[in-house]
Amino acid sequence: MLDQTTDTARRDWLSLLAKSPTGRARDLLSALDLSPSHELLRAPEIGSVMVRGRAGGTGAPFNLGEITVTRASLKLACGTVGHGYVQGRSKEDALSAALIDALMQTEAADHIADAVLAPLRQEMATRRATRAGKAAATKVEFFTMARGED
Amino acid sequence: MYVAVKGGERAIENAHAWLGEERRGDRDIAELSVAQIREQLKLAVNRVMAEGSLYDADLAALAIKQARGDMIEAIFLIRAYRTTLPRFGGSLPLDTAEMACERRISATFKDLPGGQVLGPTFDYTHRLIDFQLAANGEVAEAPSRETSADPVPHVTGFLNREGLIEEAGEGEDTPPDLTREPLEFPADRSLRLQALTRSDEGFALGMAYSTQRGYGRNHAFVGELRIGEVAVEMEIPELGFAIEIGEITLTECETVNQFTGSKTEPPQFTRGYGLVFGQSERKSISMALVDRALRWEELGEDNVGAPAQDVEFVLSHGDNIQATGFLEHIKLPHYVDFQSELELVRTLRKEVEEARAAADMANQVPEAAE
Amino acid sequence: MNSAALSGGFANPAQEAAHGFRALMNAMARPGEIFEVSGGQGPAPLSIGAAVTLLTLCDADTGLYLAPSFDSAEMRGWVAFHFGAPLVPAERADFALGRWEELLPLEQYRIGTAEYPDRSATLIVESDSLTQNGATLRGPGIKDSAALSLPETTAFQANHTLFPLGLDFVFTAGAQLAALPRSTEVN
Repeated sequence: MLDQTTDTARRDWLSLLAKSPTGRARDLLSALDLSPSHELLRAPEIGSVMVRGRAGGTGAPFNLGEITVTRASLKLACGTVGHGYVQGRSKEDALSAALIDALMQTEAADHIADAVLAPLRQEMATRRATRAGKAAATKVEFFTMARGED
Repeated sequence: MYVAVKGGERAIENAHAWLGEERRGDRDIAELSVAQIREQLKLAVNRVMAEGSLYDADLAALAIKQARGDMIEAIFLIRAYRTTLPRFGGSLPLDTAEMACERRISATFKDLPGGQVLGPTFDYTHRLIDFQLAANGEVAEAPSRETSADPVPHVTGFLNREGLIEEAGEGEDTPPDLTREPLEFPADRSLRLQALTRSDEGFALGMAYSTQRGYGRNHAFVGELRIGEVAVEMEIPELGFAIEIGEITLTECETVNQFTGSKTEPPQFTRGYGLVFGQSERKSISMALVDRALRWEELGEDNVGAPAQDVEFVLSHGDNIQATGFLEHIKLPHYVDFQSELELVRTLRKEVEEARAAADMANQVPEAAE
Repeated sequence: MNSAALSGGFANPAQEAAHGFRALMNAMARPGEIFEVSGGQGPAPLSIGAAVTLLTLCDADTGLYLAPSFDSAEMRGWVAFHFGAPLVPAERADFALGRWEELLPLEQYRIGTAEYPDRSATLIVESDSLTQNGATLRGPGIKDSAALSLPETTAFQANHTLFPLGLDFVFTAGAQLAALPRSTEVN
């Protein structure tokens, strides 16, 4: 069993990979020209996940609808196991995510973190900040024009 | 009776070929790409995702292209595709308080933490056709401002602190799923919310409007409407912890409804809830109003016989794929059914004619005797 | 989750699940006939027949009951990784897996309702061997009569009287499987 800090770090990179735009993690990984030999534990598989909301935002859960998710699992020659889950229907992306997850548990971790995860994280933050900035510009600044006495 | 016939095959094949050609339209005009539909007809894509009950913008855009813009046909394609997917499991319930809001307004409080954020809305447009778009649709980048890290709490939370609004209530961790078990009545609220969020937008709008016009009036205020992205988390058994498996845009509407109290409940505000895939404002407000109307029984209100209070009526007729399937099937061959009706009408007519002839004869007899 | 739990799934899920499904469908359609299956391999003592049955029929929507001799950490991990069936007590199970003696009493499983006879359990019974002799079977899918090495007869006779409600059974031994639906009369 992994310790708590490792779990948190792994949770972070897996979540980042899941939400990255189609093909992006794959491109960054293939630019590194690593092709570690591996064996598939679970061939890439397209499926769905039922998304649940809560009545009133905080109450009883209900089924909102599904999202498409693709997953894959593999084992590197050294025995390290990687799992990939990505939103959407790209089998290549699920494989890349599983490969990155596995490599992040090996000596290659620092290299992958710099060359793949850091740019993904940066791009996501930029995209988010851009939209947040535009939303902020549409925030209403009320000011009182007149206040009647009667 | 059942009669099997053949002979339509070639006609059907040729009809499909022509359908394909009509979908393409004039070949001198550039073909639409799926990415163009996804980016430039985003609200259509959102509707197909919401009513198709599958969040996948590329797939919804492709369905719209294939369906030639017929939204219900596109939703049908998505629903059919959805059934072919293995389901990996259910997500943890979404935390909409953590939404990265792109729009957030309240009709009940002017100054509220997080502020009124208009977002990309049609609300203040003049609804004048913009002829410039016909020539050139390029736009400048929208202005941006620095953001604050202040939280954007739910409006109903403020009222809750004063005890002026009902609690949101609790329920089972694994809610019932109408895509797995046939709908049975009475349906509990989680089942109603699932049915409403995937129901036809026009139907939900009509039902909601009927409550505003007095058919089960429930005095709704839009306590809050928020649109933005929320992460979807799921427990992954092989990892032993939850990860985010995606991110989706949602529209959430919480209505605050006047409630004078009933035999079982004190006077307080009550809630209606709408949560819909994508930017789907009209639908989520409609959903919240209809949700509230359907709650009459648990709140101890009177059933005034309004359509929007009738759970069986609302849930059985709101699904546009069920509705269109049953409606459109009547245009398909019913030759044998109709043949029997034809026989019946002919027989009835013959009987009537014979009876009339007999009556005429009887009337003529006395005359002849005169 | 240890790495043994991660292997032994279908290498080519679409094809192998289709082959598994065909074998199970034929087994149900021709009670007493024995079929060979392949492609799935779970943790010991799970047979190939039972592994293929589970991989083919179970998913996140089907509750699975594991009888004590199959309820190991390895088995739980294998189930979670390959098909994600929630593990449930016998009385809520859609599928139950175990040796005959430990699956008893049959009264604890769901037999369906008059409106939904399909809301009933299918028992996967791990056996030492399967042979076409023993109890005599008659009913739909059997020309005159068939025979199958059942662990007993009374329980299946009682189950048949519940028809259209009742339980269905898949017997597995090594790579072999045979089935006994509720519609079969046992003597």
